[in-house]
Amino acid sequence: MNKARRNPLNSALAHGVLLTYTVIALFPVFVILINSFKTRKAIFREPLALPDAETFSMIGYQTVLKQGDFFLYFQNSMIVTVASLFLVLLFGAMAAFALAEYRFKGNTLMGLYLALGIMIPIRIGTVAILEMMVSTGLVNTLLALILVYTAQGLPLAVFILSEFMKQVSDDLKNAGRIDGLSEYTIFFRLVVPLVRPAMATVAVFNMIPIWNDLWFPLILAPAEATKTLTLGSQVFIGQFVTDWNAVLSALSMAILPVLILYVIFSRQLIRGITSGAVK
Amino acid sequence: MTALKLTNVCKSFGKIEVLKNISLDVEEGEFVVFVGPSGCGKSTLLRVIAGLEDATSGTVEIGGEIVNTVPPAKRGIAMVFQSYALYPHLTVEGNMALGLKQEGQPKDVISSRVEKASHMLSLDQYLARRPSELSGGQRQRVAIGRAIVREPKLFLFDEPLSNLDAALRMRTRIEIATLHKALDASMIYVTHDQTEAMTLADKIVVLRDGIVEQVGAPMELYNNPANQFVAGFLGAPSMNFLSAAEVGGNPDQVLGIRPENLRINGEGQLGGRVMHVEKLGGDTNVLLTSPGGDEITVRLFGQHDISPEADVRLGFDPAHAYYFDAAGNRLRA
Repeated sequence: MNKARRNPLNSALAHGVLLTYTVIALFPVFVILINSFKTRKAIFREPLALPDAETFSMIGYQTVLKQGDFFLYFQNSMIVTVASLFLVLLFGAMAAFALAEYRFKGNTLMGLYLALGIMIPIRIGTVAILEMMVSTGLVNTLLALILVYTAQGLPLAVFILSEFMKQVSDDLKNAGRIDGLSEYTIFFRLVVPLVRPAMATVAVFNMIPIWNDLWFPLILAPAEATKTLTLGSQVFIGQFVTDWNAVLSALSMAILPVLILYVIFSRQLIRGITSGAVK
Repeated sequence: MTALKLTNVCKSFGKIEVLKNISLDVEEGEFVVFVGPSGCGKSTLLRVIAGLEDATSGTVEIGGEIVNTVPPAKRGIAMVFQSYALYPHLTVEGNMALGLKQEGQPKDVISSRVEKASHMLSLDQYLARRPSELSGGQRQRVAIGRAIVREPKLFLFDEPLSNLDAALRMRTRIEIATLHKALDASMIYVTHDQTEAMTLADKIVVLRDGIVEQVGAPMELYNNPANQFVAGFLGAPSMNFLSAAEVGGNPDQVLGIRPENLRINGEGQLGGRVMHVEKLGGDTNVLLTSPGGDEITVRLFGQHDISPEADVRLGFDPAHAYYFDAAGNRLRA
């Protein structure tokens, strides 16, 4: 900010608000992390204390790594999340491009139909989805989850992306047409790079619910070979006894991959390659 | 041979008719300017010619071939856009070469054409840069270069100078005029700026509400406008219109006189009160109000000291007066 416009009081206030929010947002994560490195007794005695020489323990991580096939769960979650995001972005962007770019009969109606999915939760159709998966033999496959999550993510993706697609300069697309580029080349080479920040936003919005979902893995793919991380962690939560060390350790480890994915997408958010294209 | 022939071209978006029955010929090597206020359909007409929009009815012929169903890339045209529309991910060289690569031209042809065009536009030292590293004027030259390398039958310019500042606009205008002479190509140029139209065109097409109002050489339109709209649109400051009753004529008619044809002297036909004086150094524009309440502009050559609020008489040569009927059509004596 410009020096003449800077007001120390305002700046302090703004930072105060931001810091408070950061603390509130990070507090649960912090508690999970520190407790995952403590003994069971220490967790209950003083939940907010940092692990010291006496209370430090890796027992939770050991349990997690021994029991069940945790790396497989990780892999399953990763495959499902990445594949669903890829499909959501690909089809969402294509549908959004068509809605924003081409004039055809029923364009608005089609846009509304696609946006309807935002208002109707997909879980209402769980029974029907399960019946479909059973009859197609997709139960207990990762494909079942990928298909469901793609369907779940598409409405919001189309809705957000079509707004951004409308902002891409018509001149640029027309220049491509006059130079003989196909509609696919125009879409992938000219339009997609310009809406990359919007696509990253959509990816972040979709990633967290997919990664954290318990409902569909439990219903559609509860087999050992297709368990996702969230479902796998449930082993440690019992009706009467819960192995808190293991739960906290599993959750701590589950944070890492999302964090990495988030960093990748947020880089795209920041990268501004659009300057100089138009004007 | 005609470079472009439009026959009864109509275009409507839904119920809105944007172009109404436009017929036009552009001869080989001619520089034609479409001019008109915003929303008159001139850009749409250019897009129909380029093939970016389909004509609702009528035919478009480029170089003797009907191209209504030919895609833009195969029509033998090249287009320069107002917003430059350079490909952000390609260098200057890549931007210019892309169209040729798509046509499947051999590499040596591409490089020699790019070299020739970049030399012509003095872009040689910028070939490796990306559009974001260029100034506005350079970007527009790259956009023009991208059109030149295609060696099209017809160049289309869509308000190419509107994003440039005044000094650069004039320089680029002269460059485009020079380019037209050097390439001897047929060009169609869309603008809302009458100065660009007057200075560049061999032939001006004045459009209003999707209708061609008049077609002709710049001076022909200036000296002999078909109606009040054309008379008022061309020339800056624009023509003065006042009720003919002010000079003792038919009150249903409109009298038009260009600002440079009015003189301030003691015994003129018209009266007026000076409202404002604009001194430009070389010229002086005097803005007056007539007794009937019409605004009048007088353009005087040189510097004059005229005080506001003064009552003056304005004289003009009847040969320079134009008369229009109530519907705006020219009345010829």
